Amino acid sequence: MNAIKGTQSIAFSESPYLVSAGSVAGKKEGEGPLGKYFDIASEDDLFGEKTWELAEGTMQKLACMLALKNAGVQPEEVRYLFGGDLLRQGIATSMGAEELQIPVFGLFGACSTSGEALALAAMTVAAGYGDLVLAATSSHFGSAEKEFRFPLGYANQRPLSSTWTVTGSGAFLVGKKKSRVRISGVTIGKIVDYGLKDSQNMGACMAPAACDTILQNLMDFGRDEKDYDRIITGDLGYVGQSILFDLLRKKGLDIKENHMDCGMTIFDQQTQHTNSGGSGCGCAAITLAAYIMPQLISGEWKRILFVPTGALMSTVSFNEGESVPGIAHGIVLEHC
Amino acid sequence: MDYINAFWVGGLICALAQILLDRTKMMPGRVMVSLVVLGCILGFVQIFKPLQEYAGAGVSVPLLGFGNTLWNGVKEAVDKEGFIGIFLGGFKAGAAGISGALIFGYIASWIFEPKMKE
Repeated sequence: MNAIKGTQSIAFSESPYLVSAGSVAGKKEGEGPLGKYFDIASEDDLFGEKTWELAEGTMQKLACMLALKNAGVQPEEVRYLFGGDLLRQGIATSMGAEELQIPVFGLFGACSTSGEALALAAMTVAAGYGDLVLAATSSHFGSAEKEFRFPLGYANQRPLSSTWTVTGSGAFLVGKKKSRVRISGVTIGKIVDYGLKDSQNMGACMAPAACDTILQNLMDFGRDEKDYDRIITGDLGYVGQSILFDLLRKKGLDIKENHMDCGMTIFDQQTQHTNSGGSGCGCAAITLAAYIMPQLISGEWKRILFVPTGALMSTVSFNEGESVPGIAHGIVLEHC
Repeated sequence: MDYINAFWVGGLICALAQILLDRTKMMPGRVMVSLVVLGCILGFVQIFKPLQEYAGAGVSVPLLGFGNTLWNGVKEAVDKEGFIGIFLGGFKAGAAGISGALIFGYIASWIFEPKMKE
């Protein structure tokens, strides 16, 4: 039986496998420190399409197809697809998934969507509702700037606290098919809102949510931070990371030694002018697919806590002067 | 000498606006609008004209100049046509600038595509 753990977690008795992953990245990501690990790092950020939105859809389709190819699975064998992105009505997912003809659940969890998708996929497989389920997310710098800040044609200046939306899409095949990585548990996060209103400082909006989910995960599973080789947050960036450390220190927890942030890993802050770091659904997703997965497969890391973080911003609520709430989901991944 | 005055006054205005962009949480749109409003006020207190005589394009090209144009347009229209001038003057005076921005922007969009930032 699957065990309900604590107040927000599940420990799977028969853990689903993370069968395979696919990662597609844009030009800037390809030039970054993780560039050589991606399945595809395109020179063309439009991916041969007319608009940034179509480009993002294409990336998501490519990532799904790569995940399937890497596992030698046909689209027809996949029971469900959990997909999401940052755009209104999740259009990148619907445009991308159209051709695959896999039954779709469209998700929105801002930049935490990869965690939400993985958690739901793992729960679906563990409950026996599907043997193979896809989880996919994407983000695109061009479409996200248009959606949330200013269209690129406006050429605004970016403040130092701002993060750089990653152009990329990661897809994961979760299932009963054996592999070297299992999803042994999940912790679903609550909405945490400290009342911050700055759309150019997402790290600060998300750090309290990451803190909440990490603490809850440790409490629910009865673990301490040393039980994880790495605690990996999604896209807090440099600004968000220091806030997370401060918040955790107040709770008597120090994760400095085994903390990693995908947003700080994916770009080189010194040479790539990304200010506070990378962000977006694609940031955590392609870092997990291209960089974290291989470390788990090789056994370099035995058990990690993957905590993608989301700033649940809407342009409507932002213009109405509302704050930006945060969310973070915890996924426990183990080498096996 | 005209060039030097235009350069340092214009540069100073832009540098002050840049400080607002970098050091405050004001959104860019708000900084721009503040400049326009400031231009109106400078026109109203009759500082703009001597400033323009001194620095020329240095004050008329930044958004301050647009604010002053709006103010002058409204003032003239009110003098000539009374109350209704409040609604007529600004647009009449700003017509060339606004239409120019729209038309040249549109033409530019035929030729250029927005690109990813570096």
